[in-house]
Amino acid sequence: MTISRRSLLGSAAAAGFGATLPMALPLRRARAAAKPVIKIGVLNDMSGPYQNTGGQTSVICTRQAVEEFNAQGFDVQVISADHQNKPDLAVSITRQWFDRDGVDLLLDVPTSSVALAVQPVVKEKNKVYINSGAASAELTGTACSPNFIHWTYDTYMLARSTGGAMVEAGGDTWYFLTADYAFGKQLQSDTTALIKKAHGKVLGSSPYPFPGTTDFSSFLVQAQSSGAKVLGLANAGNDTVNSIKQAQEFGVTKSMKLAALLMFITDVHALGLKTAQGLNLTESYYWDLNDRTRAFTKRVLPKTPKNMPNMDHAGCYSGALHYLKTVQAMGAAAAKADGRATIARMKAMEVDDDCFGKTTIREDGRHLTPAYLFQVKTPAESKGPWDYYKLVKSTPPDQAYRPLADGHCPFVKA
Amino acid sequence: MFMILGVPGPLLFGQVLLGLINGAFYAMLSLGLAVIFGMLNIINFAHGSFFMMGAFVSWMLLNYLGIGYFPSLILAPIIVGAIGILLEKTLISRLYKLDHLYGLLLTFGMSLVVNGLFRNYYGSSGMPYDIPGVLNGAQNLGFMYMPIYRGWVVVAALVVCLATWIAIEKTSLGARLRAATENAPMVQAFGVNVPRLVTLTFGGGVALAAFAGVLAAPIYSVNPNMGDNFINTVFAVVVIGGMGSIIGSVITGFGLGVIEGLTKVFYPQASATVVFLVMVIVLLARPRGLFGRMV
Amino acid sequence: MFGLDRDQAIGTLLLIALLIIAPFILYPVFVMQLLCAALFACAFNLMIGYVGLLSFGHAAFFGMGCYVAAWTMKHWHIDALAAILMGGVAGAALGLPLGWLAIRRSGIYFAMITLALAQMVYFFCVEAPFTGGEDGIQQVPRGHLFGFINLNNDMAMYWLVAAVFLAGFLLIHRIVHSPFGQVLKSIRENEPRATSLGYRTDDYKLIAFVLSTCLAGVAGGAKALVFGIATLTDVHYSTSGEVVLTTLLGGLGTVFGPVVGAAVVVSMENYLARFGDWVTVTQGAVFMVCVLAFRRGIVGEIAARLKLSL
Repeated sequence: MTISRRSLLGSAAAAGFGATLPMALPLRRARAAAKPVIKIGVLNDMSGPYQNTGGQTSVICTRQAVEEFNAQGFDVQVISADHQNKPDLAVSITRQWFDRDGVDLLLDVPTSSVALAVQPVVKEKNKVYINSGAASAELTGTACSPNFIHWTYDTYMLARSTGGAMVEAGGDTWYFLTADYAFGKQLQSDTTALIKKAHGKVLGSSPYPFPGTTDFSSFLVQAQSSGAKVLGLANAGNDTVNSIKQAQEFGVTKSMKLAALLMFITDVHALGLKTAQGLNLTESYYWDLNDRTRAFTKRVLPKTPKNMPNMDHAGCYSGALHYLKTVQAMGAAAAKADGRATIARMKAMEVDDDCFGKTTIREDGRHLTPAYLFQVKTPAESKGPWDYYKLVKSTPPDQAYRPLADGHCPFVKA
Repeated sequence: MFMILGVPGPLLFGQVLLGLINGAFYAMLSLGLAVIFGMLNIINFAHGSFFMMGAFVSWMLLNYLGIGYFPSLILAPIIVGAIGILLEKTLISRLYKLDHLYGLLLTFGMSLVVNGLFRNYYGSSGMPYDIPGVLNGAQNLGFMYMPIYRGWVVVAALVVCLATWIAIEKTSLGARLRAATENAPMVQAFGVNVPRLVTLTFGGGVALAAFAGVLAAPIYSVNPNMGDNFINTVFAVVVIGGMGSIIGSVITGFGLGVIEGLTKVFYPQASATVVFLVMVIVLLARPRGLFGRMV
Repeated sequence: MFGLDRDQAIGTLLLIALLIIAPFILYPVFVMQLLCAALFACAFNLMIGYVGLLSFGHAAFFGMGCYVAAWTMKHWHIDALAAILMGGVAGAALGLPLGWLAIRRSGIYFAMITLALAQMVYFFCVEAPFTGGEDGIQQVPRGHLFGFINLNNDMAMYWLVAAVFLAGFLLIHRIVHSPFGQVLKSIRENEPRATSLGYRTDDYKLIAFVLSTCLAGVAGGAKALVFGIATLTDVHYSTSGEVVLTTLLGGLGTVFGPVVGAAVVVSMENYLARFGDWVTVTQGAVFMVCVLAFRRGIVGEIAARLKLSL
């Protein structure tokens, strides 16, 4: 059971009970007597390789949204759990949350395989699922669901923004270093499609065992001898950090350009500017983008001093805020009863917050954000801590994502 | 350019060389494991954690005390070795009379605790540790671009392996150690403090792992999971080389590094699995390992 | 009956009573998860407790059971019970060749060779198309039992899993207390002596190994249906480590140890999930305390104190 005892006790007390509820018993709360409670469950990697890209900071940003929204007429609780990047564990936690703990919104859920695994559970239980952390564009493609919104980014958008820009700049021959699992393969194939469309060529790829590879030198030397102009890194987290570090060590950066297809500001921080400088990467949010993003950062940063919010964290804030606005508009009881209707209402309403500005949500559940291509600053250009990016190019929301018709989402056709 | 099995020859040379570099880490780690197993009869599952601690201690020395890479090469193994001695004295020494199994389970639990604690305090995305200035840069070998630091790793590993071998085979301390593994009560009767000898051995094996950790710090990011990726392979190396055999673990370490490197060219997906294939074959054909004495 | 003596019969009746009450007090899906882990641990205990061989690769059979049950359920739409049994068939089919290779070695070498073989099975599961790689086999329907009982109802599924668990549990005890089981114990105690008495010990060990892997496969098959998913986690070596922990904690070679161990380990994972990384720290600490202080495990200690044969 993942609900914290304190919050359980708190809500029990608020509902007029003094006694402790036995943890294992199904929740029997006098709902009619008290304000309805909306529960948000943040499910992500709290201990593994994506701990810094998601983790506790996602929970803090979600709490920030709850605090700022300051709901009238209903209470909001945020609970969280660690899925350890295991799909089966995630499914079991999600079922418990819905069946026993009364969770209404499932939030974050990084790692594509986990994100895909919980999708049918949410649909079966008719709840709301907003994904911020996972990359797979399948989530709004063939695996789409009317109970789902993909909030922050996806593989197609990354491939288009980073890949497209590299090909335009003359990088027309590629070699891929690919984590040998669903996400890596999809990132590679999405990017390959774009390269071919722009008349570029893929000269080869090294699919390496994931997880468990720390030494990339062998693959880097192979990439180097392929003669390709661009090295596409179809991996994430520590793997990306390690492969960039070693690419520099082996002089790959002298003959090839590096395209980190998925990288967060937290990864750049781990690498250090000296190694990361000059890298091209795409995020849909950066703290120093405009006055609104800076204002958001100023509000939330004191609560998370060690970890600067990245786009995944910003997505949790933005998604939770929009969800709460929708609940307010349609009434908490109605929102709790029907996840599908809540999602439909969310799609109908305009999204507006400090992180992504004014945006919309498409029919298939794709939240359309702008895509920003950044270049990592040199140590000399950086003026302070976390001053890492300069904006190279921004793609407007309507062009950043895969066209609706190409996704083949079944319920959109119907 | 000539070709071998459809792969350009120079590329293959490069891979063999890179395999040797990875093999250097396998050799150092499995050497420590083999020494500990040979003398204490303990299969130290926490070896990967000591490797990780070596890297972390050198990172801490640099960031908290401003002590650089070269002093760390000496200091970090001493510090981690001392921690190892403490653990041996308080926990592991209680298990010597029992089945191997219990030592394995205890150290397995230990590694879960240590790695978990480091993850809690330092996160798992890794800390940068720069290559020392003297060893920066690279040499163009014609067929590949060879970072000087990697060359240094191989040299350092060879020196350490050789020194360990000399210490055990050629010094009087080593002679006592070997005697103690053969017949501890007899050696004790000659007035040698066997428990202290055993403790020192454990500390030494752990220090070897920590030394490898310091060498690895500038190459891989310093993170709490860095030992996990090595430990299974290193176990395979020790089993293949013959448990407790020093020469065996060193030669097998380098050899498997090369085999793994070549797999990365022909069938990269299998590069993490190939060592286990070798292990099964060796265990079936020659159960005591390639260089092992009687089981 | 089933080779149970008085203490064990009382214990078993108590266990059955708990099985009946549990879903009304606890969350049924949680109890099902626990029962799958318990059956897996019982199967593992058959090897370590009664033959004296520690397998460090039992996840391979558990995981293969998961995959095969999930695949047959999803693509052939067979009866749920048949799918679970298919998991058992898969476990046994894999256990036969791997066991044939592994039982040639004993002690620590047996542990190492099973670990290596399981790593190769893991690699196969990463690469083979039918397992779906990192995504696993998802959206597996629970289907129907005997064609008419809809298992999407958690309670219906629970009774099926409970029945499968109980059948497996009693089967193991029937095996252990049969003449065959006596020979296994004699091999554990003194293999050369058993050989000199004319037993082909390798055959006995292999049969025990295949039985163990078959039941591990059944446990995997049940788990796949309960959660509707089969993934790489189930074949990963950490699952092998976890079943060792479970059995050790409950008590090696005891009848009820694996069940108690599973109850503790699964609840620990569930209740500690919100603490993030403290799960592994706690698990590790429990492991260490167990090895240092309670080598007989929870049930083993209780049984020794109260002089019962549990």
